[in-house]
Amino acid sequence: MSVFMLLALVAVFSVAGYILCRQRALKGAAATGQKLHSLPNYYGWYGFVMASVPALLVLAVWLIAQPLVIERQLSGFFPPEMIEDDAARTLLFDDVRRVAAGLDVAVAQGALTEDQAANIRTEFGSIRDRLATVGVALGAEVTPPVLQAAQDYREMSHIGALGRSILTVLLSLGGLALAIRVTKPAFRARNRVEQVVLALLILSSTIAILTTVGIVLSMLSESLRFFTMYPAADFFFNLTWSPNFRGNSELGLLPLLWGTLYISFVSMLVAVPIGLFAAIYLAEYASPRFRAIVKPLIEVIAGIPTVVFGLFALVTVGPFLRDYFAEPLGLGNSGSSVMTAGIVIGILNIPFISSLADDIINAVPQSMRDGSLGLGATKSETVRKVVLPAALPGIMGAVLMAASRAIGETMIVTMGAGAAAKLDLNPFEAMTTITVKIVSQLTGDTEFNSPETLVAFALGMSLFVITLGLNILALMIVRKYREQYE
Amino acid sequence: MDDMRLVERTVEQLQSKIEAKGVQVYYGEKHALKDVDVAILDRTVTAFIGPSGCGKSTFLRCLNRMNDTVASARVMGSIRIDGEDIYDARVDPVQLRAKVGMVFQKPNPFPKSIYENVAYGPKIHGLAANKAELDSIVEASLRKAALWNEVKDRLDATGTGLSGGQQQRLCIARAIATSPEVLLMDEPCSALDPIATAQVEELIDELRSQFSVVIVTHSMQQAARVSQKTAFFHLGSLVEYGETGQIFTNPKDPRTEAYITGRIG
Amino acid sequence: MSDATAASPIPTAHPRGKSSLFEQDALTRRRNAAETRFRLYGLTAIVVSLVVLAIMLFTIFRDGTSAFRQASLSFPITLDAAILDPNGNRAPEDLAKVTTIGYGNLIGQQFANFLAAEGIAVEGITDRDISGMVSRDAPGRLRDMVLANPALIGQTIDFTAYATGRIDGYLKGRVTMETAQLDSNVSVEQLQLADLLVERGILSVAFNSGFLTNPDASDQRPESSGLGVAIIGSLYMMVLVLIFTLPVGVAASIYLEEFAPKNRLTDLIEVNISNLAAVPSIVFGILGLAIFINFAGLPQSSSLVGALVISLMTLPTIIIATRAAIRAVPPSIRDAALGVGASKMQTVFHHVLPLAMPGILTGTILGLATALGETAPLLLIGMVAFVTNYPAGPLEGGVLDPATALPVQVYSWASRSDPAFIERSSGAIIVLLGFLVIMNVAAILLRRRFERRW
Repeated sequence: MSVFMLLALVAVFSVAGYILCRQRALKGAAATGQKLHSLPNYYGWYGFVMASVPALLVLAVWLIAQPLVIERQLSGFFPPEMIEDDAARTLLFDDVRRVAAGLDVAVAQGALTEDQAANIRTEFGSIRDRLATVGVALGAEVTPPVLQAAQDYREMSHIGALGRSILTVLLSLGGLALAIRVTKPAFRARNRVEQVVLALLILSSTIAILTTVGIVLSMLSESLRFFTMYPAADFFFNLTWSPNFRGNSELGLLPLLWGTLYISFVSMLVAVPIGLFAAIYLAEYASPRFRAIVKPLIEVIAGIPTVVFGLFALVTVGPFLRDYFAEPLGLGNSGSSVMTAGIVIGILNIPFISSLADDIINAVPQSMRDGSLGLGATKSETVRKVVLPAALPGIMGAVLMAASRAIGETMIVTMGAGAAAKLDLNPFEAMTTITVKIVSQLTGDTEFNSPETLVAFALGMSLFVITLGLNILALMIVRKYREQYE
Repeated sequence: MDDMRLVERTVEQLQSKIEAKGVQVYYGEKHALKDVDVAILDRTVTAFIGPSGCGKSTFLRCLNRMNDTVASARVMGSIRIDGEDIYDARVDPVQLRAKVGMVFQKPNPFPKSIYENVAYGPKIHGLAANKAELDSIVEASLRKAALWNEVKDRLDATGTGLSGGQQQRLCIARAIATSPEVLLMDEPCSALDPIATAQVEELIDELRSQFSVVIVTHSMQQAARVSQKTAFFHLGSLVEYGETGQIFTNPKDPRTEAYITGRIG
Repeated sequence: MSDATAASPIPTAHPRGKSSLFEQDALTRRRNAAETRFRLYGLTAIVVSLVVLAIMLFTIFRDGTSAFRQASLSFPITLDAAILDPNGNRAPEDLAKVTTIGYGNLIGQQFANFLAAEGIAVEGITDRDISGMVSRDAPGRLRDMVLANPALIGQTIDFTAYATGRIDGYLKGRVTMETAQLDSNVSVEQLQLADLLVERGILSVAFNSGFLTNPDASDQRPESSGLGVAIIGSLYMMVLVLIFTLPVGVAASIYLEEFAPKNRLTDLIEVNISNLAAVPSIVFGILGLAIFINFAGLPQSSSLVGALVISLMTLPTIIIATRAAIRAVPPSIRDAALGVGASKMQTVFHHVLPLAMPGILTGTILGLATALGETAPLLLIGMVAFVTNYPAGPLEGGVLDPATALPVQVYSWASRSDPAFIERSSGAIIVLLGFLVIMNVAAILLRRRFERRW
């Protein structure tokens, strides 16, 4: 039975549970003259929940666990030296699954009988050719252990699917029966249903944690695999980045980190003064009408997708900088450059800094300004000597957050910074960043068993740690600052 | 005709510092101050009293053009300090405020050191040629504000760490450090406890020897204690202005009497 | 007057020159100049930001609007039965044996014949040049037309084909005679011929609905590439993101705002949510690749995986907006409901949630608008692939089919070498921005319509 069918069946039982329990509660109340503890619908929902939730939970666990269990079972087929290496192991099981899927297709199309599929041996001819006739392409000839493993895989999958279906249906029916049994007028259906709803609410709120755990685990496990293939010391300290898919790659983080930090630095040079001055003007000088028009306009920048900025860097800013600055100054002839990407990221970050700074400046109490203006300070003196120092921690927080965004920005650097990993000071030179390399190592057809691919996870992990660190620092500063005025 | 009355008053008091004529203030559509005429004397404490929302603080804020910072406020009429109309186009509010200092309702020391708080005004107005001069200005101001002995050992400590009364005296020190000629005080004791209030009131009395002090207060007792002249505001109008003793003992206007005796307010 | 002031015996602690208020001393003038400068910096910052925004939008519209217009050639084609159905039996299997190359030759010949018959000629032009003006997309389309309706064979039909990207570019001003001399993909003679064809009305530029409906096309035929697959992919993703995030986001927010006790778990959740909102989007792409594709085995490039990744990214935003909306419902409403004996759960679901709904929806729409523009994580889960087949309908499992998304299409076109794709890329941005504007306007209207003052 397919998973979809199973879900449909559970849905039918659940609806049945709703109707049956509701009716039983109403009938019970009419027969005994007792008042129902809860509204009739709650009894119905109780039946619904009992028929669906336990069954669905078990189904979900089963779906996740079954492939893992089968893989472990199948490991016995292969000599230990074949599956010692993580990469080889992944490849092997990919093959097994592909052959098994091929056999399934063959049976479905009638090219093989179920018996044949289960018992066919490589001695009797090429499995690859057999499967090719039904449109299943295999990369290489199937070896006997793989074929046998595939056949066992199919068998276990079938048994698993059967067990899964039976268990799910039983649980659903069992839950339904139990719900009907306990449904009496005095039964506190509402409280039970509310407990379930509360559990669902809690479950939903833990998704944020699960996501973080997912991020950390996925990157950590793949990074560790990477470090078994490529020494960690080389990754962190090698000064060269030259991946080579034929092997002998040099995968040093430092040139990428340099490009990332250099570009972020340039972007901050653009975003911080412009964003800060814009925020000061809007908060301290602008008339309410001017503010009401200009503030949303600046925030429009924040609503534009980064890929648009990427195209802007590629088509407009890059050539402009090349033709009017880099070439006349003799600093190179590349449209993609640290400057291009840095300036465009800076523009992207202007509204981010200005709206954060605006909030922070507005949080400085008016009495501070009055005190300074009352002494005969000009507005700019008040801003520079009283408001900004008072708002400094908050602004530092905003700047750190903006820096973390610049470091994690992907599309603009992919389209505007270039692809060459260099340790260079010339800002008109094309350089590359961590994010660009994550994209280039992971796009296209990749096998997840070479260090050249897995390095992307180590890069991702480094990026995650850097940005997370900056953000936590920023949050701490901002939180401390808020306490000061509350 | 308004001039007539004004002339009569100024005849009695020769040292008139501030002369206001026909002052109107609007906040947007709201007519907050109606046709106020008053002459404030030099080296005198003048108290503005009246129920809340009567316009007394609004008028005070007109005297150093703090109302300029409120976008919706419009001020009409003339206010002259030493004969110069402070709303004249040639007047720079920055220079004016150096001459007319202000102390606010809530103590508002800057989040800087005590020294920096007091030195702020002299620094921006360029009153000290060097560090030694600045030091002496800071010390003199703190002494005048009767705060020197309490803070002389911790001038580098932050001003926000002082007690409420100390903070307000720090704000007064900060205001007098620019050597203003007029000192405006907007309910300076409303956020203070009685002991701190007494200290500040004593200070105000001392300041009278050097400045023309204008104080807004909602406390009639305080007005009676510290001021020589009192102006009573009601619903945006100046109802009565005269010697403090006369206002409290023998008010001419029935509304003043009603307020003094607690029937309105 | 000022002299009188100076004479007045006011002892000042720090004597300074008495001066009239009407005269600014040098220091004040300097300070006021500094004030003006400072103010000017602020204004400059604002002007710079707005000018950059304007330049960006201007260049995109300048480059992109032409993508909605396309040069096409109209000429009659006689569908020669001898070539298209050599066996003469109209059997579909036999018809299918004629490849697009056969159709291509037919179109080239017929076009050249037509021009010769019309007496349109340019000196030195080869037949290859002439047939090279017709898009390589045309044979495939003609073949599909014939296979769908074999009765056409033997007839003469009026056929409209896209002109190639270079001819299209010539009519839009992107290609000129000078650039053509340096360009191996187009000859000066072809452009001269194009001028003649325009005069005769055979070649003309018209609105190009294909840009919105066609699937992507290869490097050699930018003229036939379109956003069809990308729009469907983005649509599937947005619907799925809505389905995934709204219930979960609302449930999480209700718990955190209304039920959560102050303990370490809820603290952890709070910190997590605010940190997740700041994690670079590419990291979510890595998560999606590792978990949804490699671990769970969901199909690469599918809208489902894209939607799952984007949902995880959008969830924090939606939770933050929803919590704000729930918090804005005044406690008096809760007290009133609890006071008449409703349970906490009933209070929330009967009163708080309906009142907070407009705010929640506004936040959700804005979250979706951000999600629509996300590109980086989609690159990692393979949505940058070259997809020329439309995904199946939503009920036939279309969400599992390979698709692209609007912003990804922008990126993949921008990274191709033919400059015609820059026009397409900018055009795609216009479409993308159009959707964003619609969503934002919807959010603003919703907010206006249901704005409530407590």
